[in-house]
Amino acid sequence: MLKIADKEFSSRLFTGTGKFSSLPLMQEALFASGSELVTMALRRVDINNQKDDFLSYLRHPKINLLPNTSGVRTAKEAVFAAQLAREALETNWLKLEIHPDPKYLMPDPVETLLATEELAKAGFIILPYIHADPVLCKRLENAGASAVMPLGSPIGSNKGLKTIDFLEIIIEQSNIPVIVDAGIGSPSDAAKAMEIGADAVLVNTAIAVSENPVQMAIAFKMAVEAGRIAYSARLAKQENHAIASSPLTAFLDEEF
Amino acid sequence: MKNFKELFEAHSWDEVKESIYSKTKNDVEQALKSSKRNLEDFKALVSPAAASFLEPMAQLSQRLTQKRFGKTIQLYIPLYLSNECTNICTYCGFSLDNKVKRRTLSENEILQEVAVIKSMGYEHVLLVTGEANQTVHVEYFKKVLKLIRPYFAQVSMEVQPLDTDEYTELIPLGLTSVLIYQETYNKADYRKHHPKGKKSSFDYRLETPDRLGRAGIYKMGLGVLIGLEDWRTDSFYTALHLGYLERTYWQSRYSLSFPRLRPFSGGLQPKVAMNDRELVQLICAYRLFNEEVEISLSTRETEQFRNHCVQLGITSISAGSKTNPGGYAVEPGSLEQFEISDERSPMEIAEMIRTKGYEPVWKDWDKALQC
Repeated sequence: MLKIADKEFSSRLFTGTGKFSSLPLMQEALFASGSELVTMALRRVDINNQKDDFLSYLRHPKINLLPNTSGVRTAKEAVFAAQLAREALETNWLKLEIHPDPKYLMPDPVETLLATEELAKAGFIILPYIHADPVLCKRLENAGASAVMPLGSPIGSNKGLKTIDFLEIIIEQSNIPVIVDAGIGSPSDAAKAMEIGADAVLVNTAIAVSENPVQMAIAFKMAVEAGRIAYSARLAKQENHAIASSPLTAFLDEEF
Repeated sequence: MKNFKELFEAHSWDEVKESIYSKTKNDVEQALKSSKRNLEDFKALVSPAAASFLEPMAQLSQRLTQKRFGKTIQLYIPLYLSNECTNICTYCGFSLDNKVKRRTLSENEILQEVAVIKSMGYEHVLLVTGEANQTVHVEYFKKVLKLIRPYFAQVSMEVQPLDTDEYTELIPLGLTSVLIYQETYNKADYRKHHPKGKKSSFDYRLETPDRLGRAGIYKMGLGVLIGLEDWRTDSFYTALHLGYLERTYWQSRYSLSFPRLRPFSGGLQPKVAMNDRELVQLICAYRLFNEEVEISLSTRETEQFRNHCVQLGITSISAGSKTNPGGYAVEPGSLEQFEISDERSPMEIAEMIRTKGYEPVWKDWDKALQC
């Protein structure tokens, strides 16, 4: 079972809450996905309002909220937003997103590391969203991150695992869970991420913007499960060409 | 220091116009096929040759917009603080030479207006004024921002252009975004429409987004007033400006609008008319050129047109707007800056958005993000 900090998850599919065409549909899709960790942007909710419409659709015993700091540009802003979120939402879990570039939403590695150090010391469970940068992942691990969330391709792009070579290194080297976040466009992308050993994936756009978000959530749920089983069962090695029927070393067995 | 003016001056109006009007169907097809579109593609997409490609442009625009923004539409509302103005603008109801009663809201009056706006459900307010630097100055804006910040998640401004250090003072007080429309990028025509007042300086206005970028504004809005000059050429300059700003001030977000000249008492007739088909063409062309830019549509447009545009590429919409200072509570009957077309209430607009299969979003920013 997947464990992050002190919490166990039976589902390895994490989800987002943006871009849905209605809040009831969002809720239905999230339930269908079986997801137990759901991220939501602080900017979208009124955290001081207990009756906030958005939040009321997310409150459910099976769902753990993962507030994110989307919109902040610096470590200082992230720390401030995190403290407000902890107070209002009564959770010390945080998806740390610092993207000073609002066009492509590229995460800032320097500010993210600084904020992780400070927030981890302050007792937060930090899941930083970052580039698929293996060295940065090790630095974040040392700084006290509880998991790392490297991107598969630009956020919202649905382009799949463009960073796969780096993800494989990160997964191999990491002592904390690796959650592939951003860019996963189809269930097959999610399955692939799980097959290479990711601990979980986070999917938002591909579910929210599909024609039928509830069915798509189910498809992702099954793909993540299939990918995980395949990883555990050790995939057979891929071969690019057929194995030669006259092996190069066969002559050693021949009698001269 | 980098400045858009240099790039602007490297593009002659007449040559740009000529180039747009000589684009062919083949150029439009190329632009549609491309996965990353440049300014030449944009020219093709706003050209007359693209008129027969409206449906494929709209399909693509919808897909790209949903990918980036999801099935959501943001809501905002203008709050007119003042109609005092020392400028003459030939197309504006608040122009110095127009005989309207002038008023600048006091703090108490602003709070009355805010109460009505809040009761409609808004979290994003757009502050609007004319240009009267003796009374509606940076000190006034500071006072207003401090006054209203507790009530809103996001505060935008559409006021006279300011200096960099003035913007730098306002941002920490809760100013998130500034809209500054060039009106037209045709310098000669600009002079004609702005004969008097500080606004008559074309260059000072042109350089405003640079000053905003240097001040570190979170978001800025660009646009031209459709009806003054050839809209295709003006839109090219807007796209040129947008591309330059995105590269130079890469930490800011951008939005676009394209107000069509609306009648007001004693006002100017548009020199160039833009019909609904052409406005749809422009919305789609912007989206195909830039997948990330926010696009807003005001209550100047009609009900029916706005209903359909929700699915075409726009990302934010106003509703229930009053374009006169005091229009919500203090003095509802006073003369407006322009006549609005869509008079539905915010609740009716939200319902319309839901009917179209989109979620109306009232809040998408937080004071905590700006400390």
